[in-house]
Amino acid sequence: MARMTGAQMVLESLQREGVDTMFGYPGGVVLPLYDTLPQFPGMRHILCRHEQGAAHMADGYARASGRMGLCLGTSGPGATNLVTGICTSWMDSTPVFALTGNVGRSLLGKDGFQEADITGITQPITKHNYLVMNAREIPLTIREATHIATTGRPGPVLVDIPKDVFQETAEFDWPETVSLRGYKPNVEGHAGMIRRAAELIDQAKRPIIISGHGVIWADAHRELVELAEKANIPVITTFLGIGSFPESHDLSYGWLGMHGMFYANMAADAADVVIGIGMRFDDRAMGRFKDFNPTAKIVHIDIDPAEIGKNFPTAVPIVGSAKNVLPRLTEQVKQQSRPDWIRWIDNQREEHPSLHIRESRRMLPQYVVRTLYEETQGNANIVTGVGQHQMWAGQHYFYNRPRQLITSGGLGTMGFELPAAIGAQVALPDMETWAICGDGSFQMTLQEMSVLVDEQLPVKMAIFNNGYLGMIRQWQELFYDKNYSSSGISQPDFCKLADAYGIRAIRVETKAEVPLAIKEARAYKGPILLDFQIDQEENVWPMVPAGASLAETIEAPAHELAR
Amino acid sequence: MSTTTTNGSKPAPHTQHTVVAIVEDKPGVLMRVSSLFRRRGFNIESLTVGHSEVEGLSRITLVVDGESAPVEQVEKQLYKLIDVVKVSDLSNEDMVAREIALIKIRANNVNRHELLDIATVFRADVVDIATNSIILQVVGDEDKIDGLIKMCEPYGIRELTRTGRIAMVRGTKTTTVHEAEPEKIARLHASQGRRVEGELPFASD
Ligand SMILES: Cc1ncc(C[n+]2csc(CCOP(=O)(O)OP(=O)(O)O)c2C)c(N)n1
Ligand SMILES: [Mg+2]
Repeated sequence: MARMTGAQMVLESLQREGVDTMFGYPGGVVLPLYDTLPQFPGMRHILCRHEQGAAHMADGYARASGRMGLCLGTSGPGATNLVTGICTSWMDSTPVFALTGNVGRSLLGKDGFQEADITGITQPITKHNYLVMNAREIPLTIREATHIATTGRPGPVLVDIPKDVFQETAEFDWPETVSLRGYKPNVEGHAGMIRRAAELIDQAKRPIIISGHGVIWADAHRELVELAEKANIPVITTFLGIGSFPESHDLSYGWLGMHGMFYANMAADAADVVIGIGMRFDDRAMGRFKDFNPTAKIVHIDIDPAEIGKNFPTAVPIVGSAKNVLPRLTEQVKQQSRPDWIRWIDNQREEHPSLHIRESRRMLPQYVVRTLYEETQGNANIVTGVGQHQMWAGQHYFYNRPRQLITSGGLGTMGFELPAAIGAQVALPDMETWAICGDGSFQMTLQEMSVLVDEQLPVKMAIFNNGYLGMIRQWQELFYDKNYSSSGISQPDFCKLADAYGIRAIRVETKAEVPLAIKEARAYKGPILLDFQIDQEENVWPMVPAGASLAETIEAPAHELAR
Repeated sequence: MSTTTTNGSKPAPHTQHTVVAIVEDKPGVLMRVSSLFRRRGFNIESLTVGHSEVEGLSRITLVVDGESAPVEQVEKQLYKLIDVVKVSDLSNEDMVAREIALIKIRANNVNRHELLDIATVFRADVVDIATNSIILQVVGDEDKIDGLIKMCEPYGIRELTRTGRIAMVRGTKTTTVHEAEPEKIARLHASQGRRVEGELPFASD
């Protein structure tokens, strides 16, 4: 044991937990920590330009690598700037450790300069949070917080440390184990329930698997393939589950939901047994709850017992990790071929191909995504903002790996793309990383381009420039009589802007230039921005209008296909 | 720690559930519990907190309106809180449920005797007496307390406070936590003073 300052304890403890990268921004109360940082050369600090960026970077880092991401902000505004990012992690269950400083202990609760009750503010959007009131608590708190963030259903945690606790000296007492009597995730899955699930699947005529983000975090994608193949169960994914099952697989039928594939929605609606794995039957995926496939029996496998039965009554609840449950389920289900059911879905796909891109001289956004898919041979990591471009990126790129698509699904946070792509690129320096940016979304966090330059990160930014908050415009077109109120958006010249940051940029104005620009970006070693002047009024199809059921999925209307 | 809220309006008793949560006695735990109810739209009829038989653990008794949410969801969401160690629904158990009320009533030489008679019938104690008022203390289930309040109303109730329900299963069965913390962790928690009430410079709960 050694005596250390609180700041040293923080860095020592984080290093022991395997953290080697932090995304942060300094301020008065965290200066003791910044002052100590040079003593820990193994800890890489990446300076963001806005704390929201740091939180998304940590999130992108976590999603790309499967490891916990860490972000750091000062008290008050630094801490509140992290909030959007923390909530983004919360909604998508990603392991992010947010570290904040606070005012000195004697000033807490006195509304002093830059005090914010950040543990109070983040209480509903963290898995757990801590206010550390003395330095000796730091090692145990960091262990507990890391344990909570990374086990069970992952999620963000926040540890708030007053300035004088960073400065206080105490014995460093590292606990070998963590045990929290109120936190014991159940990973095993109940044997009796697994047997009942196997029976139900064996009897099912039209079973379908809906695979979610949880399969990716449980690292259970291989186990999922084995189950699907043995029992010949078609697999659709949720939007966040994209990549949990290879889209090139014969049994893959895309993803379901508001902008999911027509045949995926129909299959979910026609199934007699729905097997939800690591997903939470969210409204964007399932459509109007009361009309979702009322006769289907639901098998729900999830590590979070509170998700089971939350939105739908469940025939067979299995609380456990997909990693443990799926092999045991696979062992017990019978081998089957189900030709009629699979043919039925195949026919749906033939008649309603959803992902067909029409011939057009315009620069269709779908075409840009598909060209990117072809040019990168489907190998790049794709990080998106929120809006139409996000949906097209989900639809027209095909994903065969978990963690290949990084996107804010639950909170739908515009501005996620650039910082999350930075985090992903930091986690996987050799991976080709594309940020698919909305012209609106990008403007929310574009200052993080500085980080690309500082850290020499070769992120490729593709701006889908439609001059609109496109998704908003689409809703106004369809549901508000084309009253485009505040959805047309002016932009700076993105190429000049990139240039000002010292980043190369290409404006892409015609369809013919698309493949060339992508080739050029790929050949270029550093970061680069492509400003795609895409067709302005293209809509995302298919669509389940808000409040409608999956059976009411609408496809692109004829007049739009003629454009 | 001891805090209580009682919400006056009551649904039919059959929709009520008595939920007991054993929680870590740490700052903020009550805020975590109450904010969960607010956010998920679960209605709390009453909430009572106090120490349990285990040091470091508090016992929260919640009366939840079962119409506002499936009680199973309430329990699961409660259990997700890291500081919540155990959750039990006592509604289907044979339980003792009690509440205390203090009622300050207008009283004068003329009607004081009538009030004392009423108090006797309800086995309420007179805990304070003054020229123009008396305070009755009554222990019982909600129906009994409601009954006494109703009888006192014509005299003029000046002030009323109720603790909300506390409950316990009859017989040898318990709702407690038996599992002990690993020694080293317990030692760390203790050495770090986790966490005597009043130690923090402000009370988040
Ligand atoms: C922070 C935030 N504010 C507002 C919204 C609501 N919103 C959802 S999509 C969207 C438009 C996005 O525009 P853009 O980034 O240009 O993408 P496009 O839809 O045009 O592809 C808006 C405003 C949001 N999701 N996030
Ligand atoms: Mg746009």
